[in-house]
Amino acid sequence: MSHSQTASVSIADHEVHHDSPTPIGFWIYLMSDCIIFGALFATYAVLGGGFAGGPGPKDLFEPGFVAIETALLLFSSITFGLAMLQADKGKRDGTMMWLVITGLLGAGFIAMELYEFRHLIHIGAGPDRSAFLSSFFALVGTHGLHVTGGIIWLVTLLTQIKAHGLTTANMRRLGTLSMFWHFLDLIWIGVFSFVYLVRLI
Amino acid sequence: MANAQPAETFSPIFGRLTLDWIPYHEPILVATFAGVALGGLVVLALMTYFKLWGPLWRDWVTSVDHKKIGIMYMILGFIMMIRGFADALMMRAQQAMAAGEAAGYLPPHHFDQVFTAHGVIMIFFVAMAFVTGIMNYVMPMQIGARDVAFPFLNNFSFWMTVAGALLVNISLFVGEFARVGWLAFPPLSGANYSTGPGMDYYLWALQIAGIGTTLSGINLIATILKMRAPGMKLMDMPIFTWTALITNVLIVVAFPVLTATLALLTLDRYADFHFFTNDFGGNAMMYINLIWIWGHPEVYILIIPCFGVFSEIVSTFSGKPIFGYKTMVWATACIMVLSFVVWLHHFFTMGSGASVNTFFGITTMIIAVPTGVKIFNWLFTMYKGRVRLEVPMYWTIGFLITFTIGGMTGVLLAVPPVDFQLHNTLFLIAHFHNVIIGGVVFAVYAAVSYWWPKAFGFKLNDKWGKRTFWFWFVGFYFAFMPLYALGLMGVTRRMNAYPDAAWQPYFIVAAFGAVLILLGIISTFVNFYVSIRDRNENRVGNDPWDARTLEWATQSPPAPYNFPFDLQITGREAFWTMKKQGFTWPKENYKPIHMPKGTATGVMISALALAFGFAMVWYIWWLAILAFVGMLGLGIAHTFNYKRDYYIPVDEVAATEAKGAAA
Repeated sequence: MSHSQTASVSIADHEVHHDSPTPIGFWIYLMSDCIIFGALFATYAVLGGGFAGGPGPKDLFEPGFVAIETALLLFSSITFGLAMLQADKGKRDGTMMWLVITGLLGAGFIAMELYEFRHLIHIGAGPDRSAFLSSFFALVGTHGLHVTGGIIWLVTLLTQIKAHGLTTANMRRLGTLSMFWHFLDLIWIGVFSFVYLVRLI
Repeated sequence: MANAQPAETFSPIFGRLTLDWIPYHEPILVATFAGVALGGLVVLALMTYFKLWGPLWRDWVTSVDHKKIGIMYMILGFIMMIRGFADALMMRAQQAMAAGEAAGYLPPHHFDQVFTAHGVIMIFFVAMAFVTGIMNYVMPMQIGARDVAFPFLNNFSFWMTVAGALLVNISLFVGEFARVGWLAFPPLSGANYSTGPGMDYYLWALQIAGIGTTLSGINLIATILKMRAPGMKLMDMPIFTWTALITNVLIVVAFPVLTATLALLTLDRYADFHFFTNDFGGNAMMYINLIWIWGHPEVYILIIPCFGVFSEIVSTFSGKPIFGYKTMVWATACIMVLSFVVWLHHFFTMGSGASVNTFFGITTMIIAVPTGVKIFNWLFTMYKGRVRLEVPMYWTIGFLITFTIGGMTGVLLAVPPVDFQLHNTLFLIAHFHNVIIGGVVFAVYAAVSYWWPKAFGFKLNDKWGKRTFWFWFVGFYFAFMPLYALGLMGVTRRMNAYPDAAWQPYFIVAAFGAVLILLGIISTFVNFYVSIRDRNENRVGNDPWDARTLEWATQSPPAPYNFPFDLQITGREAFWTMKKQGFTWPKENYKPIHMPKGTATGVMISALALAFGFAMVWYIWWLAILAFVGMLGLGIAHTFNYKRDYYIPVDEVAATEAKGAAA
């Protein structure tokens, strides 16, 4: 084969500098996380009809409430985008301001979700009531835990940006958190469609 | 021996852990504990005497060097292999005795724990530890890298695996282990039928170790994609690196399913959810589908890197490039994809109907095609080569014969009507031991004997290496061929005792085979001892086997930075090219080398994860909360450390290289 004739090995002329593996590594992590959600969606699809004589989606879900919840999260994705634009311009204060707004929107989303969970448990529609509710709580709750984790990360990163500014390391972290945040938004669109909307029709 | 479990009690401080859960009334366990404790004390005393604690902590525990982490995975694998094999011997002894009226020496309550622990340990903490260790050690050097993409994560992954392994072993002396089989099917593994802490030990041990495995998978993919020496194309990578890439893709795709599935079962057990329960709309078959969607790719996660190991060995010892490089890569990629569309063959008997079973039967049989391609590639690599029959080649040829037999019984099982007869019989047990021992175990031994001189600078003892091989090889056939026969007679798996005394001779032969394998394992450790004792007579250079891939261009043992200079690479078999070109490393003009710093964060978070798992098993809620907050806090604190790397100064590089030249 011609392949072997061209083979050669030499000392590299200058020091080899690899691009940071973080973005691709984080992408791969997100895909693995996506599969966790995939398993939970599948479980909801299979067990979502197991009401065990208990309440079903039409008895429990309030479209208006979920729409506001969804809006909060979608807007938080926009504000995160604005934070990234500020960061690209090197504006630390603007970045931090939009990040704070993003975090508040996320916290609002979590507060609404907790309120909904508390309400459901209160009226006897907790996860122990039926397989449908078990799979509902597991899927929506896992997403909520992720958003909570995202908020903790966001607060951590805010202190780091405040302390060190928009350094290369912090910009890389901002980029990965941004990917994480938008990913959760995407998952929520799936949740909103398949858990709430479809079951209300 | 207590068949009944201690009564469930709860105290705020100790949860449900009471003194009754310490099995001091079981002589087997007390003797084991005494042995482990005494051995442990001797090791601790020796380490203190020789002042080894500092070096152990600095050079190993907190090290982020992929080579050291790789070696630590191998040590973990061998230690856990002793534990897992002790379980195997206990089962073989029990089944050789418990025929007809006889009850044997292990009551069902204990026997069930033994076969569960055997499976869990052998898959998660022996086979996984071994293949992860080999990938960690070899792959970065094969692509000309200095370390993996995320060195801290690598250290953390390893210690999470250790935390999981420790949790399984703690269950031996505090409480009990699960009695459910290695995959813990509900409803047996649910709250109603698996009371006590055993099943919870299973869940938390696998969950903690699974985090390590997933992160390690992500890390190694990123390493292969981003850290290759400039010029090295994907289609130039050594086959072992290719198999490592594909294995880690499988890990990243499959392990999250395991994580999710075990989490759902945990919710069933802890929070009264109803995913897999018999009532309230739950569906146990959902678990069985999900767990096998992970489980089938898992067996390929174990075997694919082993295919890579054999590819390297067969090429080196035949003195030829691997036959059909591209077909090898594509065959591996086909297996990767196909491994996700066969899971239902593990439960044809579920009753999903002829069409579904036919689909999964056919996809299963199709996997034999790319696997057959590989077998022929190895054979054609040897064909007309100048084959050197060194120890790694013994294992390779043993593998080719044994694995082919195992593969063929697998195709038999893929036929649904046949499977209806053989489902859950010892025929299945014989089949998967046939491929896992013949494939994975033989590959691990081959890899250890092949790369040992690279890792330590001296060869393993030849005589003991061959003894190890023959004991394992012959022992395997004695241990598992009778199980095929028994399976065809309809003997089901996991039986504590059986009424038909006519089966007993087969079980006795199988037990004899297990004793031969025991001799193989003893030979392994004698080999390590003898080789280390006589290391000065067995010193070798950097390339003892006349090998072809880049890891052999390093010193033996390799310097912390692997390569003194960055390489520019075109074409396959980089080291073979270097030898043909007459390449020598320059002896001057060294530059400072950029390296990652060691850190204790990984081992500390993992220690807290162990405490968290233990607390969750025993319902010690305060400790669970404390440990969890601690893990979170340590993780966050780690992100405040921006100084994670350093430069090895030129003097040190020059000194290290001069030492290598002298050796």
